[in-house]
Amino acid sequence: MLLSLLAVLLLAPAHAAEIPQAEKKSGYDFMTPETKAMQDELTSNPGMLTVLDGEALWNRKTGAANRACADCHQDASNSMKGVAARYPAFDAARGRPVNLDQRINACRTERQQATPLPPESKDLLALSAYVATQSRGMPIAPPDDPRLKPFREAGEKIYELRQGQLNLSCGQCHDQNWGKKLAGATIPQAHPNGYPLYRLEWQAMGSLQRRLRNCLIGMRAEHYEFGAPEYIDLELYLMSRARGLPIETPAVRP
Amino acid sequence: MRRLAFAAAMLAGVSGIGAAQEALRPYQVVGDAIPQSLTGQRGEPDRGRAVVVSRQSTCLLCHSGPFPEERFQGDLSPDLKGTGARWSEGELRLRLVDATRLNAATIMPAYYKVDGLNRVASAWRGKPILTAEQIEDVVAYLATLRD
Ligand code: HEC
Ligand code: HEC
Repeated sequence: MLLSLLAVLLLAPAHAAEIPQAEKKSGYDFMTPETKAMQDELTSNPGMLTVLDGEALWNRKTGAANRACADCHQDASNSMKGVAARYPAFDAARGRPVNLDQRINACRTERQQATPLPPESKDLLALSAYVATQSRGMPIAPPDDPRLKPFREAGEKIYELRQGQLNLSCGQCHDQNWGKKLAGATIPQAHPNGYPLYRLEWQAMGSLQRRLRNCLIGMRAEHYEFGAPEYIDLELYLMSRARGLPIETPAVRP
Repeated sequence: MRRLAFAAAMLAGVSGIGAAQEALRPYQVVGDAIPQSLTGQRGEPDRGRAVVVSRQSTCLLCHSGPFPEERFQGDLSPDLKGTGARWSEGELRLRLVDATRLNAATIMPAYYKVDGLNRVASAWRGKPILTAEQIEDVVAYLATLRD
C-alpha cells in the first residue's frame, strides 16, 4: 500500500512544481555570446529600430481627437516605467485582464478616437516595444490583484494540458526538459520577459503571442486567434512564473 | 542553420502531410508488447531508417542515434543506438504505437493513436502520426540496431 503510493508519487508528472527562484533563467542565458552581445549593444540590437519607431508614434498626434500618447502620458521614461513588469492587468470595463497591446489599443480607440492597430502590425509592435523598453532591467512583479487569480489559473491549466497530435504540454518541455536539446534548439524556460523581441529566425520583431503560436503549431495543436483570451491567460501565468526576472525588451532570440 | 532545422521540424505541421486517413488496424497488447505485426507483414529496415530521420516523423527532435549525416538530434531521451538489443520487436512496436501505456507521464508521443488527444490541429485530426506500414518499417529498422 505504502509502496504503491510511493510509486504513484514518483511516477506522477513533475508538474505544478514551478522552477525554483534560484534556477530561473531567462532565454538570454541559453544564447551564444554573439547573440547576447547583439541584444546588449543597443547600437547593434535590431529591435532598437522598432523602439525608435515607437518613440515617434508616441509623440505623433493621431485620430479624430488629434492627440498623441504623449499628450496624456508625457514623458514615457517616467510614466511608462515599470508598466510592462506588471502587465497583464485587470480591466474593470471588460471584466478580465488585458495585456499591453490591448491597453494601447484601448487608448487609441477611446482617447485618440483612432482605429485599433492590427495584431503584429509594425505600429503596434513599435508602440508596445517602446512602452516595454521603459521597464528594461526592472524585475517582473505581477500585481497581487485577487481578480486576476482565476485567469492566471486558467492560463496554468492550458500550460499543463497535454495537447496536439504530439500530445505534449508546455510544462513537459519548459519545466521538465529546459536546457536540453530539441533537435538543434536549446529548450528555454518559456519566460515572457523579452517581448516584443527580435527573433533571428523570423528576421523580424514579434509578440509573445506569435511565439506561443509557434510552439502550439510545433505540438500540432490548434492555435488561437491573436488577442484570444487564452493567450492573455497564458501570459498572466507565464509572468507569474517569471517573477523577478528582468524585462529585456527589446530582446534578441535565435 | 540550427534555427532553420528547428523551424522545419516544429513547423512540419503546417503542411499537414500526415499519415493518410484510414481506420486504425486493431492490435493486441500482451504484457509490455504488441507481438503481431500491425499489417501482417514484416517491415523494411531501409525504409524504416528513412522514416526515423525524416523531420516529419519528429523522432530526432528528442532522440539521437547512429545517424552521422544528421546534424540536429535531440537529447531529451535515450539514444536509439542499441535499441534492438534492449527490446524485442513486439516491445518496440508497443513503444511506438502508444508509449503512454507503459508510462502515462512519458513525453514520447503515441505514433499510432487518434483517440484521447486534446486540441489536435485540423490538418492532423483523426490521423496517427505514422501509418501502420511506417510503424512496421521503423520496428524492423530499430531491431537492426544491436550495438
Ligand atoms: C516540444 C517542446 C516544446 C513545447 C511542447 C513547447 N515549447 Fe515553447 N519553446 C520550445 C523551444 C525549443 C523554444 C526555443 C526556440 C528557439 O530557440 O528556436 C521555445 C520557446 C518558447 C518561449 C520563448 C522564450 C524566450 O526566451 O523568448 C516561450 C514564451 C514558450 N516557448 C512558451 C511555450 C508555451 C506557453 C507552450 C505551450 C502552449 C510551449 N512553449 C510549448 C519548445 C517547446
Ligand atoms: C517528444 C519526445 C520524443 C519523441 C518525438 C520520440 N521519442 Fe522515443 N522516447 C522518448 C522518451 C522520453 C523515452 C524514454 C522512455 C519513456 O519516457 O517512456 C523514449 C523511448 C524510446 C524507445 C525505447 C528506448 C530505450 O532504449 O529504452 C524507443 C525505441 C523510441 N523511443 C523510439 C522512438 C522513435 C522511433 C520515434 C519517432 C518515430 C520517437 N521515439 C520519438 C521521447 C520521444
